[in-house]
Amino acid sequence: MAAETVDLSHAMVTAPVPAGDWLVIAPVAIPIVVGAILLMVRHETRLHASLAIGGLLVTLATNVGLLSRVLADGPQVMTMGRWLPPFGITFAADALGASLALVATLVATVCAIYAQKDIEATGRRYGFYPFMFLMMAGVGGSFLTGDIFNLYVWFEVFVISSFGLLILGSTHRQLDGATKYAILNLVGTTLFLIATAYLYGIFGTLNMADIARKADAMRDTGPMMTLAVLYLLAFGMKAAAFPVNFWLPASYHTPRIVTAALFGGILTKVGVYSLLRVLVMLFPVERAELSGVIAWVAAATMVLGIVGALAQSDLRRVLGFVVISGVGVMLAGLALGTQEGLTGTILYAFHSVLAMTALYLLAGVMNELGGTYSLHDLSGLYRKSPLIAALALLIVLAVAGLPPASGLWPKVLLVRASIDAGLPWLSFAILLTGLLTTIALGKVYILTIWRQKEPAEEGAAAASVPMPGVGYASLIMLAVPVLLLGLYPEPFIRIAETAADGLINSSAYIGAVFPAGGQP
Amino acid sequence: MRTLIFRTIAPYLTSLMVLFSIFVLLRGHNDPGGGFIGGLIAASAFAIYGIACGVSPVRRALYFHPMAISGFGLLLAALAGWLSIFFQVPFMTGLWTKISVLGLPVDISTVMFFDIGVYLVVVGSITSIALALEEREHG
Repeated sequence: MAAETVDLSHAMVTAPVPAGDWLVIAPVAIPIVVGAILLMVRHETRLHASLAIGGLLVTLATNVGLLSRVLADGPQVMTMGRWLPPFGITFAADALGASLALVATLVATVCAIYAQKDIEATGRRYGFYPFMFLMMAGVGGSFLTGDIFNLYVWFEVFVISSFGLLILGSTHRQLDGATKYAILNLVGTTLFLIATAYLYGIFGTLNMADIARKADAMRDTGPMMTLAVLYLLAFGMKAAAFPVNFWLPASYHTPRIVTAALFGGILTKVGVYSLLRVLVMLFPVERAELSGVIAWVAAATMVLGIVGALAQSDLRRVLGFVVISGVGVMLAGLALGTQEGLTGTILYAFHSVLAMTALYLLAGVMNELGGTYSLHDLSGLYRKSPLIAALALLIVLAVAGLPPASGLWPKVLLVRASIDAGLPWLSFAILLTGLLTTIALGKVYILTIWRQKEPAEEGAAAASVPMPGVGYASLIMLAVPVLLLGLYPEPFIRIAETAADGLINSSAYIGAVFPAGGQP
Repeated sequence: MRTLIFRTIAPYLTSLMVLFSIFVLLRGHNDPGGGFIGGLIAASAFAIYGIACGVSPVRRALYFHPMAISGFGLLLAALAGWLSIFFQVPFMTGLWTKISVLGLPVDISTVMFFDIGVYLVVVGSITSIALALEEREHG
């Protein structure tokens, strides 16, 4: 072969890559392998749950390894196929991506455990677990990739897998919800694609580190504001920010509860992550210009979201609106753009992934105990199970942002940051949202747990109550980190601070991707 | 569509198309072609066989469920990437070696296995969709 006479070091990575660097790609590559195996043994439904839980535990271990490496040595990078960046597709894990990937995998593991009970043999044959793994590959890829077109590809991977999860069961309502979800999400990803094509036309590169270091030189000539607004709209749609959030309440109450838990916990956070990555790291000047708009969007999303939750009588619909409201709180930190605001947003993202998943799984356990999701009929759960009352109290406090649970500290940070930034009305909106969340979920708690129905009605429902041991186990597995985040937040705040710092001062990220550090 | 002419010709047409799809797959590394387009040709071959002779003969002839073929393809493609870990190079690096088949040197590479994986994913998923649609039409 003639290639042997060419000096490859100008185009390719020639230094040997130690196996430890594979931690960057493992959280994506392992779910793909396990998902493929699950697809091959689709009809052996007995194997699915153990394979899935095992696969997710391995992925979780690699995530832990990756995060500890990132915290110790800074961003970790691997460029696919030995090509040098920006020509090869780079995976770059910084504290933000690695920690979110870890939290997402953690809740996915809990969901896989819960799904043993929630998804019966038919659902497994129709591919619940393979879809879940491909979705997790997409989510992990989104968090860890360092290439903006690759980010688009991973968005497509998890969006398309989520279609499959959403229609599992093929009831009329599910197809209706899935159609709205599919069309509005495809509009969002198409906008993302258009913005990315435009960006490539301007910059001639798709590598995010490369874009970040070229952005300053482009600012005089390039249509940077247009790009930033396009990305804000596209990712805002995916994150369910206010004027473009209608797909979420239209679809999240239709699938199996464990699917809804996965979606509510993880998917909107991918949108928030992309907003942080693109607007703070790539377009910081434009983000500052847009901060007024983002602040209004954030306030509208959080307040209107929770007002929507107050009006609902179906438990799952309530939760859909609570998810939206949480997105608004996270956008507040994006609007501020300060170190403290972003720390609050990132910490809120950790909390939100855990607490929203826990809230949906709680609804699933309540449904098992009470046989319905309707707040008109669901009642008297304290008598059936005091344990569920205790777990529900903790989770409700977490979501409402009250001590001793996880929601408190991110809100404290965000409120303080918005006062420091001279936006007292934004901190008022955050506090008002907290109050309304307490009312909305307090209402749910009182109705479902404390209220007693007539004894005659009660007897009929109580006869057929199974002991949802798997449900309790999953809830406790999520309640422990939720409580930990509330009682001992320092290490988590430190991780969030590192992540926020990595976004604002992207030189470490750029330096990791381009070790020579030279200008293009 | 179950005319005598079509039913007689379909098995030959199918086998020719499958053969051609493999040819397109293997020439794809340096010439136009490759796993995706090859997979589409093979999937249309199975679709034609299904239209002519019914869906169950196709399922019998394929032996494995199309989705299982798809899963195997994905696994093969992913493992072709994972092989790099043993050579201290990044994920998805193309690794080449020469083997001798009947005295002729043949280059094989992880790139080729990745392409075969893509081929199987496309064959599996498109055939699965086509057969499901044909089943609906006849049943």
